[in-house]
Amino acid sequence: MTVDTAAPAPQATASGAGEHRSFKPRYPAWLALPSLAYQIIFFLGAMAILVAFSFATQTGFNQITYGFSLEQYKAVLDPTYLGIFVRTLAMAAGGTLLTVVIGYPVAYWMARYLGDKKLLALLLIIVPFWTSFLIRTYALKIILDSNGFVGQTLHLDIMYSAWAVGIGLVYNYLPLFILPVFSSLERMDWTLIEAANDLSAKPFSAFRQVTLPLTLPGFVTGALLVFIPMTGEYVVPAILGGGKFVFIGNVIGDAFNSAQNPPFGSALAISLMLALSIFVVIYILVATKEERFGS
Amino acid sequence: MTDANDFDVEFRGITKRFGDVAAVNNVTLQVRKGEFLSLLGPSGCGKTTSLRMIAGFEQPDEGELLIGGKDAVGVPPYKRDVNTVFQSYALFPHKSIIDNVAFGLKQRGEGKAERRAKATEALELVQLSHRADDRPTMLSGGQQQRVALARALVMNPRVLLLDEPLGALDLKLRKEMQFELKRIQEHVGITFVYVTHDQEEALSMSDRIAVMSNGVIEQLDEPRAIYDNPKTAFVAGFIGEMNFLTGTVTSANDGHWTVDAGVGVPVQGFGAAPLNEKVRVGLRPERLVVTPNSDETGTNRVLSTVLSKMYLGDQIQFVVTLPSGATVIAIEQRASVDPATDNIKPGDRVTVSWDAHAPLLLGIVDADKSNSTDTSTTKETR
Repeated sequence: MTVDTAAPAPQATASGAGEHRSFKPRYPAWLALPSLAYQIIFFLGAMAILVAFSFATQTGFNQITYGFSLEQYKAVLDPTYLGIFVRTLAMAAGGTLLTVVIGYPVAYWMARYLGDKKLLALLLIIVPFWTSFLIRTYALKIILDSNGFVGQTLHLDIMYSAWAVGIGLVYNYLPLFILPVFSSLERMDWTLIEAANDLSAKPFSAFRQVTLPLTLPGFVTGALLVFIPMTGEYVVPAILGGGKFVFIGNVIGDAFNSAQNPPFGSALAISLMLALSIFVVIYILVATKEERFGS
Repeated sequence: MTDANDFDVEFRGITKRFGDVAAVNNVTLQVRKGEFLSLLGPSGCGKTTSLRMIAGFEQPDEGELLIGGKDAVGVPPYKRDVNTVFQSYALFPHKSIIDNVAFGLKQRGEGKAERRAKATEALELVQLSHRADDRPTMLSGGQQQRVALARALVMNPRVLLLDEPLGALDLKLRKEMQFELKRIQEHVGITFVYVTHDQEEALSMSDRIAVMSNGVIEQLDEPRAIYDNPKTAFVAGFIGEMNFLTGTVTSANDGHWTVDAGVGVPVQGFGAAPLNEKVRVGLRPERLVVTPNSDETGTNRVLSTVLSKMYLGDQIQFVVTLPSGATVIAIEQRASVDPATDNIKPGDRVTVSWDAHAPLLLGIVDADKSNSTDTSTTKETR
């Protein structure tokens, strides 16, 4: 960046305002217990079952022997499944990228140029969310179908391909990116852009050096909100990929439902979580490397 | 005429409209090299719009704008040799103080070592080099203001634009910063165009003041001339306090004029006046002398009644009713009045007198204007 200086540790200086404010909790901690109990039972409990399953072995139809077996994880490393893993992460990454490319300009336009029509635009973006995910995806199928109106007019034949799945992903998750980015753009002081232009920064340069870093928290949040569910996507590849373009989520679903093999499904699910965690940690580190915010 | 290059900024018949409203209406203005020029006026007078046109944030609808003798219409802000100090400071919150100051130099492509050296020097000028690595939010308002100043000055622009830079500071700090700004301007020798609605600020710092109202420049002159010889009633009322009287010119010769303002005595002043026309006359409160009743009346000397009296510490402010029924404000310096004046009470009969140099002729009263009847309007209390 500019003239490099060490990141300043917030020192207590005479002019710094309000250094000694205390934030003691005003309510007793046990009020958080119901939520904690819920989390423990339905999240950690379910996780524990999943972990137990993943180390178990399938001994017959609907029969499981618990133990500590790495059989299922070895099966996960089979090239077929590794390929699906890579495809899932690549599709989610590509879908996220596309969502960012489409969503950021929309959020920017809404926040900066819509004035009092902002709320209407926000509503238009949220309203489709009130419809079931499944129905929206089926609706998209009608639009993308090569025998449908759009498909016939534009001679599109993309159903059951990476393109159809990609479009489905972006369409379904776009609002989840637009909303947090919009809210950080809303808080943006546009005088800063005038100041940057005044100091010889061209418009795009001012955007890169001022707007983007200042809206980075919304950007990072939005991208994660989109990327994480995309990796676990099940409905979109099933409907728009038609079984020809499966995600790891579909394989997990099959393992539990049609194959009746919970240990393998669990091992896949745990592996996906691990892969995702590594991915997300790297992403956050890279995304916030340049600019760290002090409140 | 002077050469265009003598001026850092030149407006030639510039008009800027927002919808149907002309925020700036056919303004012609020349900013001289190295001067401290203030654009002074109430909100909505067009001063900030004028400044933003020089900065390049707004483009004029009509007229020519020259910066350094060159046509600047359509030139974007990042290509102009001017820099702005914003009212809200507009410091980049995600950058350290030194990075804020070096931002412009970086855009220009200056090397790291060079911009660091220049930025440090600029911070020294505003006495903030010890806060170089802090974030803007860790600084007080006054300090942030000085960083904003350093960030613009480090660019060494042809013209520095300041948009009410002291508006958000408290009174004491504002006074200190006025001195500071003037000192810095004299030190760096850069042309300053300063927007403010605070007449005291403009009077104390400027080489020249352009008083603006409704999109036009009412008067452009040195501070003393603006105060002593306001050309219009607006300027007279906006700068300092002013009592207004209206009356007809009864005589005008040999550089003297007399106006019958209905106060019981003729009001006489120096200068030329349009005979038999209805004119507005201004009297500064501090030019009125209040003395205990002496029954002696005459030209520029009128018997009146004290309506109210207010101690302001070093001064006394009287509101006095003239025989015509009009009220005027008179301010006496307590250090220079005799104890008798100090003891005057509301209801007392007093003599109000003034020097023949005090009355200011402020132009012909337009008969159509509804406010032509008011005889006493004052503005700006301290």
